[in-house]
Parts: sequence; C-alpha cells; structure tokens
Amino acid sequence: MDFNDTPEEAEFRAEARAFLSQHLKPKTPGALRSGNREDFLARAKAWQKTKAEGGFAQITWPKEMGGRGGTVMQQVIWGQEEAKFDAPTGPFAIGLGMCIPTVIAFGSDEHKQRYVQPALKGEEIWCQLFSEPAAGSDVAGLKTKAVKDGDEWVINGQKVWTSGAHYSDFGILLVRTDPNVPKHKGLTMFIVDMKQPGVDVRPIHQASGGSEFNEVYFTDVRIADKDRLGEPGMGWKVALVTLMNERLAVGGSPGPDWKEIMDYARSAGTLSNQAFRDKLADWYVAAQGYKLTKFRTQTALSRGETPGPENSIGKIINANHLQVSATAASRDAGFISA
Amino acid sequence: MNFDFSDDQKFLRDEARKFLEAQCTMAHVREVLDDDSKSHNEGVWQKIIDMGWLGAAIPEEYGGLGLGMLELCVIAEELGRTLAPVPFGSSAYFFAEALKLAGSEEQKQALLPKIADGSLIGCIAVSEGPGDIATGTIATRLKDGTLSGRKIPVTDGDIATHAIVLAKDGSGASLVIVDLNQSGVTRKPIKTLEPTRSHAAISFDGASAQLLGEAGNGMPLLDQINDRAAVLIAFEQLGGASRCLEMATAYAKERQAFGRAIGGYQAIKHKLADMYVKNEVARSNAYYGAWALSSNAAELPEAAAAARVAASEAFWFASKENIQTHGGMGFTWEVDCHLFYRRAKLLAVQAGSPAVWKEKLVSALEAKND
Repeated sequence: MDFNDTPEEAEFRAEARAFLSQHLKPKTPGALRSGNREDFLARAKAWQKTKAEGGFAQITWPKEMGGRGGTVMQQVIWGQEEAKFDAPTGPFAIGLGMCIPTVIAFGSDEHKQRYVQPALKGEEIWCQLFSEPAAGSDVAGLKTKAVKDGDEWVINGQKVWTSGAHYSDFGILLVRTDPNVPKHKGLTMFIVDMKQPGVDVRPIHQASGGSEFNEVYFTDVRIADKDRLGEPGMGWKVALVTLMNERLAVGGSPGPDWKEIMDYARSAGTLSNQAFRDKLADWYVAAQGYKLTKFRTQTALSRGETPGPENSIGKIINANHLQVSATAASRDAGFISA
Repeated sequence: MNFDFSDDQKFLRDEARKFLEAQCTMAHVREVLDDDSKSHNEGVWQKIIDMGWLGAAIPEEYGGLGLGMLELCVIAEELGRTLAPVPFGSSAYFFAEALKLAGSEEQKQALLPKIADGSLIGCIAVSEGPGDIATGTIATRLKDGTLSGRKIPVTDGDIATHAIVLAKDGSGASLVIVDLNQSGVTRKPIKTLEPTRSHAAISFDGASAQLLGEAGNGMPLLDQINDRAAVLIAFEQLGGASRCLEMATAYAKERQAFGRAIGGYQAIKHKLADMYVKNEVARSNAYYGAWALSSNAAELPEAAAAARVAASEAFWFASKENIQTHGGMGFTWEVDCHLFYRRAKLLAVQAGSPAVWKEKLVSALEAKND
C-alpha cells in the first residue's frame, strides 16, 4: 500500500498542475461563494474555453470529439488538481458530464456537429430535465407529455429541480410519448432549446437564500422530430446512459470539513469541551472514511478494475454530516457562521 | 495510488476464508458458547496453529512466516468474520507485537518462536476493574523483580501461558513479562457477556517478572502496543460487521411478509444501506491504519484511533441492525445474530473503549494542527 502515483500518473499530474497554475489562482476559503452570478458565469465560460484550448476540457473523450483521449485515472487526477484552484466549473458539470455524452451516444451526426464543440468550449450551457413534482425517485412515473404533430412534437407539462435551467441554452428532456404502455416503455428523450417560446423557467428560492434549481413549465413547446434522442419509447434506456455517467464523478467535493470546525472551536476557546471533542472525532472519522474510500475507487481505476458501489456513500455521509456538524458547531462550540 | 491490498494478499484472504468457512463454523463457535468449561475451541486453535498464521508477522529469524503486518490484517479480518473462538488476538496482536516493539534480543529469541508454533499463548493484563488506568492509580506493584496485585478482566487470562502486565514500579509504571505457570500466580475464570472468548481475574503474589523495555516506560510503551493492536482488532471488527450485513441481506431477500420479500421495503433497505455506509467508512479507515502500521508511519496514532472508532461503531451498528432485520428470530438463542452482537460488544472495549480512542484521536489531531 502506498499513496503514490505511477510514473505516468505523476507525469500527467505535473502537466495538469502546470497548466492550472498558469491560468488560475489557488483556492481560498469562500472564494467561490463571492461575486454575482453574471461574473461567475462569465468566468466559468472563459475558464472552460481555456481548458478546451489546452486539451483539458474532457479528459476521457476521444480526440475527434475534442477530448484528450485520456484514461479515467487521468480524469480523476485532473479533478483532484483542479479542485485545488479557484476554478469556476459548476455550470458545465451537468452538460459535459451527462447531457453531451447522451447526445454523443444517441444523437445524429448533425447533432454532434452542432452541439459538442460549443458545449466543450463553454459557449453553450446544458441542463437535464427529468424530475417532476410527482416523479422524483420514481422518475419513470413522469407525466409531461409530447404529442406528435407532423414532423414535430408538442410538449406540455412541468419539470422541477432543474439545476442551472435559468442560465442554460439547451436541455435534454424526458417526456411521456405513449400513456398506454407500462410506465418505463412510454418515455422518449429530446433535445430542447431552453430559449424558445413556451419554455418558462422559474427559479426556486432555497432555504439558504440562493437559487440553484428551477421549475420549468412547458406550454405548447414544439420540438422537431429530428431532435429526438433514440427511438420513441426508448427514453428510459437513454436516461440510464445519462445517469451512468454520474457514477464516475470521483473528484471534487472534499466532504465534511472537521478541520475548519476544529480551528473555529480553538479560536472560540471551546475545544476543551468533552462533548464537542467526542463529536469532532466522529466527523474526522466520517471525513476520512469518505476521502479514503475515494482513494480505494481511484486505486481500482488505476489498476484498470471497475470500482464497486462504495463510491456512492459520499452523498449519505456528506448530507448528514453537513447538517450534524453545522448544528453541533453552533450549539456546542458557540459560534454561528453564515 | 495503491490503496488496497495486493493480489498476493487478496489470495491469502481468499484462502483464509475458504479454510475458516470449513474449519471454523458457527457450530464450532457454539461448542464454546454452550459449554462453560471450554475457554476456546481446541480443534480450531490447533488447525490455526498448523496454518502458521500466528507467525504471519513474526520474522523468519524468530520462527515466523515473515510475511508482514498487512498479511496479519488480512487474517484478522477473516478471523473476525467467523468469530473464531481462539486466543489469537491476545497472542499475535498484543503479546507478539509488544515483544517485537520492546523485547530484548534474548526475550525475542526465547519467546517469539513459541508464539509462532503455538506452544506459548500470550495475553496482556492492564485493567484492574472499572475506570481508566493511569500511573497514579495502578495498584499492582513491581518490586525487586517480583509482582503483587490483581488484574481483572484479562482476555484469555485463563489459558495463556504468559502475560504482559502493567505495574507500578517506584514512582513510574513498567511493563513486565510474567510466566503464568508459577506458584505466585492464581487465576480464576470469569463470565462475561461474550462466552466464546475467555476471561480471567489473575492474582500475583510475589510472582517473578522480567522487564519489557525500559523501567518506568510502561505507559508510553502500552500506548504503542495498543496502537498496533487497535488496527488489527479493527480488522476483526470489520470482518464481523461485513458478515452481519451479509446475514441481514440474505435474510431480507428470503423472508416474506405481506406477500413479498422484506428487503423490498424501505424500512429494511435503509437499514442495509446505513450498515453498508458505516462498513465502508470502517473499511477505509482500517486500510489507512494498515498502511500506517505496515509502513511505521508517524500517522499511526491517529490512523489507529480512527480505525478503531470507525470499526467499533460499524460492528456495533451492523450487529444490532442484523438482529432487527431478523425480527423476532433475531433475539433467539438459536439464530446466530446474538453471537455477533456479543463479539461486537467485547471487541469495542478491548485496548480501550471508543470514548478513550475518540479522545486519543482528537488529542493527536490537536497536537498535529497546533
């Protein structure tokens, strides 16, 4: 056991780091939370363009698609290194991570010509329109319908929790095209232009004060039949391919930050509180568990193996521990931070 | 990044699993559970001795297999899976590791080969009843090479041939090696809630003892020994926790209620998912402990503590949720769930309770981030 890169991995890491430090500043606490949305989007688009030009936009995509033709392991290393810098990456994660791979897998040559490069260069942003008010975990129960009308489909219904819809140019849209067959069999996937008439995007005001998600209403929205992804009724299979791409997301989030809380408690003079120390130990163990599990996933990838389901524990650990640690920090350590 | 066991180590694990699944079944564990006169399963113990596992991490020059700590971790996980009712941990994790750490050349030559061939069973005697042990509170005394006092409970104290004992030595504390088969030693088996592992109270009345390491260095040395044993115990706990999740999952698929398998209900699915998350957190922390242990890393104190805290939580949680998943059958004598619950309770307090390890962990983090 060791935590070292192979020589090839080390070489790629050095290359990635050199590129990053040439273009970005190292990450500082809170940097990504400051500034207004327009600034952030402009910076994000500029950074995406820089990455595309440098050959770091999509590491695992084939070169003919504008990718690097690299390994999954290189993708992981890039994610780790990019996370150390003040890199505005959020707006492109869904489009490049999920939507465009779906377009590549199921779209026509015309689609690939039209959409892949602009997305890669940060010129166009994509969102994913799956969930509905009555179809969350049971997404195959969705009701937004599409009715064929000549060479077009007419869409009516509502989507919800659509991340980034308010600044997206296009989306992949899962709708019901046949209400008379079992629920998984009546679905079809389309490409939708988010700026066209009849598409009404309403941001959801979150408890945190921010707005990252939206409700999206479709009223008599017309989509050309040629913008269908996969055959009518095959939408569920197409959606599974979209979601599969999510499983390789092993970079990014650092997990619960026990150290930030420990430093706070030390400065507030409450680090000696035994109940607090007890909880701090739990947070450290959870954060380490999360971080080290990613190392195990990375090891499997590095050895050319397929990682197991262990990589999915992050969501459960992080969601719970962020709530628990924030609560305990304000109650036991006596500080409240926005 | 190479944060997993090697192919050779995984091969050892697979072989150990096959061996133990055949040679150390729940029936073998129950032979000890159901018979108060049995301290361990002698047949299973002899077979484990024959495998040479006790010497896995003992160098060849001292009669061991000379494999390494990672290999011992792999074996520990498998012993934990099968609840092996044998004094393996006392001998291999505590006694042998203590000798490797602090023994004189003469002590190592005299004792390590006997641990490896099973003719010596070692144990560690620290506790003197409820409460934390500190230099000021130790009642057992070492004077002129003889030992007086009482230790309780001592895991495997009734069958061990030798013990490492913590004693007050002048103004400080020392660790000593004591041959338990001498006239100044009396032992009394004691019952605990985990009858498949034996415990004793040991009284010393002028028993002859020889120093392990330097005089007065007992407490820091004990910390080092416990850090090493903690990682290995964490692997036993991990094995037990994994087995609980497997048992619960198998039962959830098989048991029908309201016309479908109970595993189809979210009440059960969520239990299994929560067990899985805790087990993976424990596994990753245990691997980190294994890395620190095998590479003599400076991070060993916090790595051992985190491994221990995570594994104690995971095994306790998995063993209790396994009982609940089994419903009413889960708390019968006949179904094996309680055997894992008992073992989880015992392992959680060996080498210090989770509360002790949490405090060790935070102290180590504090020192590091000053």
